[in-house]
Amino acid sequence: MTPAPHQRNPDPALDRLRGDTPAKRHNARTIAALTGNPGCTRRAVLDAAGVDKPRLAQTIGFPAAFGQSRFALARGNAFEAMLKDDGGKLLLEVLREVLDLDVPEVGYDDLGEDADDTLSARHARTRELFGRPEVFSALVDHPLLTLDVAGQRVFLEPDLVAFQVEGRLHVVEIKSFAIVDGQADSAKVSAAAVQAAVYVLALRKLLASLGHDPALVSHDVVLVCPRDFSLTPTAVVIDVRKQLATLQRQLTRLASVGDLAAELPPGVSFDVTLPPADLLASLDRVEARYAPECLSACELAVYCRHEAAGSTAALGRPVRDALGGVETVAEALALAAGTREPTPEQAEAATLLQAAARLRAEILS
Amino acid sequence: MSTLTALARAQAFAEGRAQPLATVRHLHLHARPLVLIPYTMAGEPNAPLAAMVGTERDDPQVLVVAQPRNRDDRFAFAAELAEVLLPYLESFTGETEAVAIDRGRDVRYRYTDAPQLWVPNPGGVDFLRLFGRSTRFRSTEGEYAVPATVPLLGRWLTFFGNSAEVAGSSLLLTAVQALSSHWATGQSSAEDAQLAALMGWLDPEPGRTVFEAAAAAEDPAVTPPAGPATDPGFDNDVLAPLISVAEPDVAKLREVLREQLLPTWHLMWRARDLLAQLPEAGRVASRWDGDRDAFSAFWLHVAEGGAPQPRRDGAVAAAARLSRLENAASRYAVQRAFDDPLIMAEYRLVGAAFEGEVTLAKADRVDDTGRRPVLRPRIMVRTTETVRVEPGAVLTSPARPAQKATVISLQPSGAAVDVVLELSGGMGRKLVAEPGSVPEVGERVLLTTLSEAYRPGGAFPEPEQTPWTHGGPPSSSLEADEQ
Repeated sequence: MTPAPHQRNPDPALDRLRGDTPAKRHNARTIAALTGNPGCTRRAVLDAAGVDKPRLAQTIGFPAAFGQSRFALARGNAFEAMLKDDGGKLLLEVLREVLDLDVPEVGYDDLGEDADDTLSARHARTRELFGRPEVFSALVDHPLLTLDVAGQRVFLEPDLVAFQVEGRLHVVEIKSFAIVDGQADSAKVSAAAVQAAVYVLALRKLLASLGHDPALVSHDVVLVCPRDFSLTPTAVVIDVRKQLATLQRQLTRLASVGDLAAELPPGVSFDVTLPPADLLASLDRVEARYAPECLSACELAVYCRHEAAGSTAALGRPVRDALGGVETVAEALALAAGTREPTPEQAEAATLLQAAARLRAEILS
Repeated sequence: MSTLTALARAQAFAEGRAQPLATVRHLHLHARPLVLIPYTMAGEPNAPLAAMVGTERDDPQVLVVAQPRNRDDRFAFAAELAEVLLPYLESFTGETEAVAIDRGRDVRYRYTDAPQLWVPNPGGVDFLRLFGRSTRFRSTEGEYAVPATVPLLGRWLTFFGNSAEVAGSSLLLTAVQALSSHWATGQSSAEDAQLAALMGWLDPEPGRTVFEAAAAAEDPAVTPPAGPATDPGFDNDVLAPLISVAEPDVAKLREVLREQLLPTWHLMWRARDLLAQLPEAGRVASRWDGDRDAFSAFWLHVAEGGAPQPRRDGAVAAAARLSRLENAASRYAVQRAFDDPLIMAEYRLVGAAFEGEVTLAKADRVDDTGRRPVLRPRIMVRTTETVRVEPGAVLTSPARPAQKATVISLQPSGAAVDVVLELSGGMGRKLVAEPGSVPEVGERVLLTTLSEAYRPGGAFPEPEQTPWTHGGPPSSSLEADEQ
C-alpha cells in the first residue's frame, strides 16, 4: 500500500516534534477550532505537527473528556444515509427548494468511500471533475479538497457540493441537530457555519488552481438538518462571509508555525511514547494561551488550565477585562488593596478596583 | 462582568472560598417545590430518556423511557410525568384570596399559593420548553391519539418555560442560576455551569478544599452530569448494551439511571439549603404575588378551554411579550438594588448611586411661586463617591422610596462633592413635613438614579390592525396552530 499523502509532512521540523507516531489528520472541525483561539502557540504547533493530543493529555495525567455518544453518531450517520439514499433523492428535494436547482439536469457523482487509503485517488477525481465545469453534476458526494494550514497540506471532506443553475457552487453541510420551528441551537449553527467556511475556502483554492474563477463558489452555504422532532430534512441558507474573513486572517497568521517549530530547542518533543516528565518539560517550552472556552474545544485544555491557575485569564475573559486586564489574580488583588503601584495603563483600573474593594469591605463587614 | 463581581471571583480564588454577591435572597423559596432532573437521549432532538422527579427529598421518583426513539414510549413518559406534575399543580388551587382592582371598585381572585419547579440548569429549562412544544399540540383522538393529560402537560410545561424568561419570576428556577447570582466562585462561569463543580465551591464535602471538590466534580465517572445531556461514556458502556436489545430490562435500566441521577438530586436539595440560609429580600413577596397571578390566570385559561400557546407569537403578541419582559427585567434590576446594599454597590461604583452625609437641611422650605404653595424642602449631601448625575436629574433613596429628590446643583469641595437636592412627595399632605420624612443633618443617605416608579406598559394595536411593516394582519388564526 502506498503511504497516504497526509502522512508525508512537508516540514521536517514539525515532523520531528511528533516522533515516530503517525500524524493525526486535520479536519474542518480542528481547523475551525484553530480560529477559536488563534493566539495559542501551543495548540498551533501541536496541531500542525499532527500530535495525538488526547494521548498526550492522557500520558501527562490530564485526560480530557471528549467522548462522543454512539447514539449521537448513529443518528448522524442514519440521517446522512437517508438523505443520500437512492442517488440523493431526498436531499435533492430539499436543496431544490432553497437553491433553485434545475430539475432535468440533476446528476449525482459519488467520488468514493471515506477511507484513508483512497485519499489520493479521490482528490485526483475531485480535481478532474471540477476541472471541467461544463460537465458539473448537480451533486458531488465525497469530494476531497485540500487546504494549506500552517505550512502543511490538509485533506478535507465536505459532506457534499451542490451546483446551482446559474453556475454557482454551494457547499452543503449535513448536521443532525434539529431545527424546531425555524430555530436551532445557536452554538451548533455557528460551529457548522465555520466548518462550512473551511470547505468554501478549500473549494475556492481548488478552482483557482484549475484556472477557474474562485468566486464561482458561493459564500452562501446550505445547512441540512432534521426538522422539528422528526427525521424529515429541512434546508437553510447561511451567509458565511464573516467566517471566511476570520478564517483567512487566522490561516495567514498560522502560516509561520513551521518557523516557530524550527526555533524550538532540539530536546523538545511530543512523542507520546516519551516519559511524562519529558513531555511536561517540552510543553513548558511552547507557550499556551488558556481561556475557559478551550475546555470544550481542545483536548489539552485541562492541563493548560492547571498551568494557568492563578491567572485572571483562567477566570474567563470578562473577569480579566473587568480586573483591568492584569495578568494574575494576586496582582489584581494587590492593586485593589493599594499595596502595588499601578502602571500608567493600570491607573484607571486600579482606582476602580480600590473603590470596589472598599465598597465590598464596607458592606460585608 | 462588573468590577465588583470580578473582584469577588479573584478574592474567592485567593481565599479558596466562595464569596457573597448578595446579602439577601432575591428569589422565593417554596416550602414544597417540585424538583425535576431530565435526561435526554444523545443525538435525538429533545427525546426524553429519564427523569428524577418529586417533592420529597427522601422520595425521588424515577421515570424511564425504555426505547427513546419510539414515539409511543415517549408519550407514555409524558403521561407519566403528567401524573406527577398535574396533581402537584392542582394542589395549589384550593384556596383563593381577593385582590382589589380598578381602584377598589372590583375584586379578582387568585390562589394563595403557586407551584415552584426546580431544574439543575438552563439546559433543563430548554428541555421543558421543547418537550412542551412537542406535546401540547398532540391530538387525543384519531390514529396517533395520546392520553388527554399529554397535551395538558405540554401547555403547562410551555407556561413554565415562558415564565423562566421573566426576570424575577420564581415559578421555574435553575439551581445553577439561583446559586451563581448569590455567590461568586474562584473558577470561570463555564465551570460554574456544571452544578457539581459549582456546589464543590459553595459547599465542599468536609475535609476537602474547594479545588479538590471542583476537580472531583468534573470526573463523570465520579460525578455524573446534571443533564439533560448524559455522559458519553455512560451511553456507550452502560446504556447501549441495555437498550439496544429488543426487550430492554426496564428494572435494570431504572436502576442504572437512578444511580446516575441521584447525585444531582442530592445537590439540588443542598443548593436549596444554602439559599435558605439567606434572609429573603424585601421585594421578593411582591414578585411572588405576580407569579401567583400568572399561575391563577393560566389555570383559569386552561379550565375555560383556552387554546394552547401558538408555535410562534404573532407580531402584536410578540411585541407585547417583549415589552412585558423588558419591564420585568428593569423592575427586577431596580428591586434587587433597593433590597440589597451589595447590589446597590454596583451602581455606586459607576456613579449611578452615591452615599453621603446630609450637611444642610431646610425641612420647612415652601415654594409659593405657583398657584398654590407647596412643601419643597432642600438638603445638601456631601459625598466622596463618584457622582455621575446632572442638575435636573431626579433621584430616589431606598430608605424613602416614595420621595423624589431633584438635583439642584453640584459643587466640588476638595475631594468631595456637595449635592443640593429639592425634595417632593412622601412627606404627608400638609405644608409641614411629617416627622422623619426629611433627612436630618448628620444622617447618611443613599441616592440613586434608579427608580421604582410605575412604568406603563406599551400600547399595541389589535392583531387585526397589525401594520404592514410587521407582516400585516395574520391571514388566519388557524395557521399559527396547525401542526
